[in-house]
Amino acid sequence: MAVDRRKFLKVAGISALFGLGGKTAIDIFAPGQLEASMKNEVPLVTKEKKWAMVIDMRKCLEQQDKEKCKSCMLACHREHNVPEFGNIKEEIKWIWQETYEHVFPGQHNEFIDEGVNHKPFLALCNHCENPPCCRVCPTKSTWKREDGIVMMDPHRCIGCRFCMAACPFGSRSFNWSDPRKAPKDLNPDFPTNVNYPTRTKGVVEKCNFCAERLAKGQVPACVEACEKIKVHALDFGDLNDPDSEVRELLHKRYSIRRKAQLGTEPKVYYLI
Amino acid sequence: MYDGGKIIPGLIIGLILFLSPFIYNAGKAGKAPVPELTAKAKEAKECVAPKAYMTAWHMQLLDNWRHEVVRDGKRYFDTNEDLWWDYSLDYRLLESWRRLTTAGDDRAPGKPGKIYYKSLQATCMDCHSNKSKFCDQCHDYLGVAPYCWECHVEPKENN
Repeated sequence: MAVDRRKFLKVAGISALFGLGGKTAIDIFAPGQLEASMKNEVPLVTKEKKWAMVIDMRKCLEQQDKEKCKSCMLACHREHNVPEFGNIKEEIKWIWQETYEHVFPGQHNEFIDEGVNHKPFLALCNHCENPPCCRVCPTKSTWKREDGIVMMDPHRCIGCRFCMAACPFGSRSFNWSDPRKAPKDLNPDFPTNVNYPTRTKGVVEKCNFCAERLAKGQVPACVEACEKIKVHALDFGDLNDPDSEVRELLHKRYSIRRKAQLGTEPKVYYLI
Repeated sequence: MYDGGKIIPGLIIGLILFLSPFIYNAGKAGKAPVPELTAKAKEAKECVAPKAYMTAWHMQLLDNWRHEVVRDGKRYFDTNEDLWWDYSLDYRLLESWRRLTTAGDDRAPGKPGKIYYKSLQATCMDCHSNKSKFCDQCHDYLGVAPYCWECHVEPKENN
């Protein structure tokens, strides 16, 4: 039987008396039931969800001015065993920084606000509604899930790099060499996450909106890292839910998207 | 036969040369290795499926898992429902299922089973953390080289 709300409250109440909490408490009072009920509560891949990210660039740039913050990038790359080659030709990017005029090439002008000009903007896979990468993939190795996440299945990737040519955002990286052979001095404890695979030579990789973390009910690693340093520049949520935080932010603040004129409908929004 | 004195010994020498690897290795057959269980695996008593199934079909199970996890986002494995589905994919498995159920195994679709997180690295290798003794020695003996480990991180072994 699953743990319903009533039972959960009972268990939580009793265990609070004994100073217990969380999963341990349920394991003691109702062994084996939590995992069974968790199965139904984890967000399943459904059309009802439409995951998106909102990046508050004011907060992010403020933090950039204070210290050259790289928390989100470090967290992501550690979480997903992304190696550092120290060589721009072999660079693997999931989330990275690029100057304003490179992230928004159509929007730059000579007299633009100094607050954004040449400033580092975050870039990652936009998980487009009309992803051109998926249209060109000959093996369906990359495809759009029902919840809008553009997934990558490295088991199937043949390394043709059509997707890299198709992506207008440069969000995809090719493994020119075995990531495990990346220089040891730059990657001292690689692979950093033993519960996540590395990739192999000859496959393409990119941000997966932390699909593996969403399945456990966690937010993406970059968002978590930003919360941890109390900057809260990154927000992740469901666009289909009118009460979600991302919808609220988009309603209140003016937002832009990268190369929206191409019609790929990016789902990463920048609050300016 | 002309030159029979040369041809026949030649044929015999040729045949001996051809068979020499077999003659050389006769009686020296390597013993089939037996996978070793870690203390944790022994304590758990049972894997995600019966032992006979896991021995013969673990590669199909893992293949199903990777497909379901990556492509369908189904990351949890129910030892009854999902195993039944895996069994039903093949008539030979259906046979062994019948044998299991008649032998008093209480697994059946519909009953609540145990839930596992489908992950080679986080679930399988958590119990079977002795990859060299559990996976490799049989794979080496049979001459199979699964390329799982080109990407999936193998557990660190203390030896």
